[in-house]
Amino acid sequence: MAIDQDIVGRSYPQTRPYRVTEQKLREFAGATGAQYDGTVPATFPIVLAFDAMFAFLDAEGIELSRIVHGDQKFSYERPVRLDDLLTATLSVATLRSIGGNDIIGTRSEVRDESGALVCTTAATLVHRGAEA
Amino acid sequence: MSTLTAGQELPEQSFQVRRSDLIRYAGASGDFNPIHWSDRIATQVGLPGVIAHGMFTMALAARAVAAWTDGAEVVEFGCKFTNPVVVPDDDQGVAVVFTGTVKEVADGLATIVINARCGEAKVLGMPKAVVRA
Repeated sequence: MAIDQDIVGRSYPQTRPYRVTEQKLREFAGATGAQYDGTVPATFPIVLAFDAMFAFLDAEGIELSRIVHGDQKFSYERPVRLDDLLTATLSVATLRSIGGNDIIGTRSEVRDESGALVCTTAATLVHRGAEA
Repeated sequence: MSTLTAGQELPEQSFQVRRSDLIRYAGASGDFNPIHWSDRIATQVGLPGVIAHGMFTMALAARAVAAWTDGAEVVEFGCKFTNPVVVPDDDQGVAVVFTGTVKEVADGLATIVINARCGEAKVLGMPKAVVRA
């Protein structure tokens, strides 16, 4: 099933506010074999970006197991800090179809409680088409 | 810091990846895509078997950057996921190996280009980190 071109430019519901806790940072750092030392791991905002991606997949009825991550970029305005209350909002920037796969360019803005931009995450999602 | 200088080669960092690491990362990140834990689903969608989350490999790259830079603040971090890291269902798992080069140091920022390999395969495409130097 090809994805409709209409989704380009569309924004999806903002994620519920997410509190950055020490326990979560320990868990995330630990899962990559590191130890939380007071510095938030550089890829941590993926937790929020992932929530935002779920809102997108749900809204468009796309199956998670057909999604492969093509690329990922984080651009920081400031580091994420302990106790931040963050939200993420995803929008679709581009959509291409190559060999039965949809290549979806997404962008999520991670903002703090005051609405200030903390980090922009950009991800290319490859939607693997069903076998003919 | 920093002692980073343009052209500097950063020492190899090797991390072993096992199935249990993927389960743990799934829990920590919230990414429960079954291609990262079920061979059945992974092969159904045309993959050779269970693969590591691209974001797990990227998190390992971030660990390498943190080690090289003594935990410098990351301003920008990006990569493509060029080849999957296939993680066998055994006790050894598979090694992902990182090396890096300082490409540029300017205006208080250092740009590090990273090389990420699993066996012969380049698993991340153009991984690059910009840190406050």
